[in-house]
Amino acid sequence: MKAIAASRLRRAQDRILGARPFAIQMQRVLSGLAAHVDTGAHPLLARRDPDAPSRPTLLVVVTADKGLCGGFNTTIIKEAGGVIAAGPGSGPVLGLVGRKGRDFFGKRGFDVRFELVNLFSQLQYGHAQAIAREAAAAFTRDEVDSVKLVYNEFKSVLQQRVVVDQVLPIPSIEPAGGGAEHLPDYLYEPGPAAIFDTLIPRHIEIQFWRALLESAAAEHAARLTAMDAASNNATEMIEDLTLYMNKVRQATITREIIEVVSGAEAL
Amino acid sequence: MAIPDHLTLEIVTVDRSVAHGEVDEVVVPGSEGSFGVLPGHTPMLAALTVGEIEYRRGDETSYVAVSFGFAEVLPDRVTILAQIAEVGDDIDVTRAEAAVKRARERLARPAAELDYERARLSLLKSLVRLQVAERSRHR
Repeated sequence: MKAIAASRLRRAQDRILGARPFAIQMQRVLSGLAAHVDTGAHPLLARRDPDAPSRPTLLVVVTADKGLCGGFNTTIIKEAGGVIAAGPGSGPVLGLVGRKGRDFFGKRGFDVRFELVNLFSQLQYGHAQAIAREAAAAFTRDEVDSVKLVYNEFKSVLQQRVVVDQVLPIPSIEPAGGGAEHLPDYLYEPGPAAIFDTLIPRHIEIQFWRALLESAAAEHAARLTAMDAASNNATEMIEDLTLYMNKVRQATITREIIEVVSGAEAL
Repeated sequence: MAIPDHLTLEIVTVDRSVAHGEVDEVVVPGSEGSFGVLPGHTPMLAALTVGEIEYRRGDETSYVAVSFGFAEVLPDRVTILAQIAEVGDDIDVTRAEAAVKRARERLARPAAELDYERARLSLLKSLVRLQVAERSRHR
């Protein structure tokens, strides 16, 4: 199982490393855009009126489909539980990706908007598109105030990090070392509306896509380490048990010899 | 603000980074027509169509076939977020030639259920691929 995880990890790692530049560039462009574009320019850029009654958050939780990967699923579920507890009283709406998260939250009476399981063995961009469609629909129909995403980020083979990202409304980041006057005021070609119509939905898909790939790579890495630890533990246990077995055998033989010897002496 | 002396070009697709580096000039196939970018260009966000990106570093010019996506232009940086982007060496010439042939046939004898736009785009994409592959071979 360790060998399988290692070979799958290599593939998953190549995929996420290839996908990161695009996702990061997209995020940079969009954050700059969100900071100075009129929020009415596109439904997905809308911000909520702070005085309006608060609506729940859509929390998309990305877990693995399978277990045997150490604390991978538990940490995600714990973190998601923390986000739920910290949120407003009505509780969030959940989007569950991966069988383990579905099994855990599905049984606990949460309001589940969508679930997606058995996708990690054949992960495709279409999965990210499906999630993005659900999320965007919930947001534009005013059913939720924001969309958040919890997933494991692949840092290295030995390290995964749980990340909570806000997907919608798109967070605006002030560029480093400057106020609003440093923000680029773009020319749009064709007009802003046409650009936003394709760019923003695409951006959301990409953010989910990245999360799925990160999670897949992190899962294989976690399984690799867990299985490595399991083999080590098993080897150690085999050594201990072999030693014990030899001791018991030795003791039995010694006792039998003593019985034979003392029997012979008694004659 | 001083005009920077070169541009940082980055071409990425969803699954990989295609090109990255310092360049002197970029020509981008925008949806409203191709445009050239020199250092100090005004910030711009443009949709891309099917075509080739041409970039020059000193005397050396390189080409990348792209279809759809976006270009973000800043005074010192051009970022291309493309749906498809391929450099000449990545292009499978026989496959592209076959695709050209297929698309031509379809367009020549339009059937009732033919998706005309799709066939036209596929012809266009394949032609751009062949052109880029050709250029990289003659370098």
